[in-house]
Amino acid sequence: MRTRFLEVDTSKGYLLLLGLLGALLAAGLGAAWIMEHHGHHVTGMDNQIVWGLPHVFAVFLIVAASGALNVASIGSVFGKMPYKPLARLSGLLAIALLAGGLMILVLDLGRPDRLIVAMTTYNFKSIFAWNIFLYNGFFLIVAAYLWTLMDHTVSEHAGRVGLFAFVWRLILTTGTGSIFGFLIAREAYDAAIMAPLFIALSLVYGKAIFILVATGLFRGTGRELDTSLLSRLRVLLGTFIAAALLLTAAQHLTNLYAAEHLAAEMLILRDGGSITQAFWIGQILLGSLLPMWLLLNPAFRGHCGALLAACVLVILGGLATMYVTIIGGQSVPLELFPGMEISSSFFDGEVIHYAPSLPELGLGLGGGALALLVVLLGVRVLPFLPDALPSSAAADD
Amino acid sequence: MSEQPIDRYRRRLLGGAVAAGTLTLAPGVFLHRIAAAKTDAEPVTSIVRWGLLVDTGKCSDCTACVDACREEHGWHGHDRPRSDAQWIRKVELRDRSTGRRVSLPMMCQHCAEPPCVDVCPTGASFKRADGIVLVDKHICIGCRYCMMACPYKARSFVHEDLTDQKPHSPRGKGTVESCTLCVHRVDAGQQPACVEACAQDGGGALLFGDLNDPRSAIHQALATFPSTQVRADLGLDLGVRYRGL
Amino acid sequence: MLRLLSALLLLLATLPATAAEEGGRVPLPVIDSGTAEQCVEPVEFMRRNHMELILHQRDETVHRGIRTKQQSLRNCINCHAVDAAGQPVSLDDPQHFCVSCHRYAAVKIDCFQCHSGTPEEGVPGVVGAGAWSRGLAMESAR
Repeated sequence: MRTRFLEVDTSKGYLLLLGLLGALLAAGLGAAWIMEHHGHHVTGMDNQIVWGLPHVFAVFLIVAASGALNVASIGSVFGKMPYKPLARLSGLLAIALLAGGLMILVLDLGRPDRLIVAMTTYNFKSIFAWNIFLYNGFFLIVAAYLWTLMDHTVSEHAGRVGLFAFVWRLILTTGTGSIFGFLIAREAYDAAIMAPLFIALSLVYGKAIFILVATGLFRGTGRELDTSLLSRLRVLLGTFIAAALLLTAAQHLTNLYAAEHLAAEMLILRDGGSITQAFWIGQILLGSLLPMWLLLNPAFRGHCGALLAACVLVILGGLATMYVTIIGGQSVPLELFPGMEISSSFFDGEVIHYAPSLPELGLGLGGGALALLVVLLGVRVLPFLPDALPSSAAADD
Repeated sequence: MSEQPIDRYRRRLLGGAVAAGTLTLAPGVFLHRIAAAKTDAEPVTSIVRWGLLVDTGKCSDCTACVDACREEHGWHGHDRPRSDAQWIRKVELRDRSTGRRVSLPMMCQHCAEPPCVDVCPTGASFKRADGIVLVDKHICIGCRYCMMACPYKARSFVHEDLTDQKPHSPRGKGTVESCTLCVHRVDAGQQPACVEACAQDGGGALLFGDLNDPRSAIHQALATFPSTQVRADLGLDLGVRYRGL
Repeated sequence: MLRLLSALLLLLATLPATAAEEGGRVPLPVIDSGTAEQCVEPVEFMRRNHMELILHQRDETVHRGIRTKQQSLRNCINCHAVDAAGQPVSLDDPQHFCVSCHRYAAVKIDCFQCHSGTPEEGVPGVVGAGAWSRGLAMESAR
């Protein structure tokens, strides 16, 4: 039973959403202009908290981007037939989320006019340089993958290209996690587990965003949605959340065991004020435990609302996780002289408090808006969406 | 003087002795010249490794080094302590168990294995052949990853438009900067501004010189007295050493 | 509609030609080379290749520590950022040596975001005698 793919028709709701997201994107670009014109002193980022809210959003989007490709990989790489019709949307969403994340990162640079320098001059000992290479490659590979999915003359290559994309995205997410994992200077980072942790997080965020976007698009365009497929996604998402929680627990328990890392852990787990709240309430409760309950509890099986609520919670929890990781990690004072109390004019020894600013929030939301805009425009212009999902009875592996 | 026959043997002996002595001393003099100051047209080499020794016993509450650096490079700040650049800062320490107090300046440690150089995506953060770690602000894109990576929080980001930069110390909005070990002075055979200021107005706690030259004061001081590197467990082999910690 | 569009395009295309004339919108650059008698290279060479010199030499200086006076940006500024009377010219002044040409050619330079565009005080040739710049000319002569 061949799936029919169709572009989305323009409707009033579609145009309204387009306008809204366009306005949000414009606000983001305006925020970037303010930051670039006046310099970063108008933001909450400074010499103590170097990376702030824009990076929270950007890393979240980039991590989610690689996970969003997962649905397509399950179809092409692991051969699960029910997911194949969703592969095109999965690829589009992956590209869109990555574009949004990269937009934030590039516009936050101190010298965004030197982007060409960044893309042509590489120090290959830097994981950042590798990431630039991996992100650009991801665009090309997913585009090629979409081509094999959408052009039936090259469709026999879909499996191979899909596998290549799958491996590439694992390397990419390893690289993203290693951005922090390779920082030997900071107690809260400097851990090999950050790479696999980020892979687990990518599976969680990517899947949650995909479910929300797919449901929204299907419902919004009056397409039939297969509930049993959603049910499978529900279990998968719940499992991924459990895996991410396990790796998070391993990271924190290991750090708690070492006297060297105790101060950093206590800051995050107990003494960090907003950081601690973001961790326990945002990352653990709302981002992991509550969604797991909504997803894996048999009482909610078939309950679409529970699935969507879980996805929204996961996204909020994901932002909280990035906040704890990026901001919390930087708030920990560097231990230059163990056993000594330290003070200076450069805030040595002090826990740094970070107050995000409006331009930072604007830029972050603008990146998210770009991602959704790319999806909306994509489904309008090209046949990404299946006309209707086949029922699961007809397609079982 | 009465006429005396020329003693050729004596002349030859003297000439030979002078020649032998010159040949023996010349390499040392030549090497010392290279180590001391290079000409404008010569590239830097790794024959020299510049280093700084801080004697915390001689360091008091004064901020002569900080003031001199600020004046030399023009990072006067805008009354925004969180985002103003600080290339060097005075750090006050108190031992938790004994109560002993120490004061010392903290700046870029000019590591031999700099984490900031490792992480810079464009290679703007680099180590010169003579050991000085610098930022090539022509290719710095302002990503601030090096600031995340520095174990000593030595780097600062320029958060605003700048005017009236010092001609010998270019700095601009959107790029990262840190202590240059006064590379413009060092290349001219002078000492860094902080070292000069400490000698003049401070306690004479800073000693600058060539770590590779066995006859330099800093090399001999390091060979004679105990000294440490900050966060030595990271294995970065620093150019800045501290004594009396 | 099409005719209106093509008429508009034609009008826009002819605008640059009218602007370059005397009394056009964009004033011709003022090439006041200050008190210097001769630059480090001949004028024809510098006109076409000064950017190559700057872009190449900066790497030599920053990475390898080569600081020859002939190819030092500081010395370029010291010579050129003064008017014929030896008075320093500010970057805001459209008559600044670098600014006037680059504004005319609409080639944006970001050198002065970091580098000082004002000549150094106490350097001969800035206010008063051109002795130093004459000495520079002797140095660069081969």
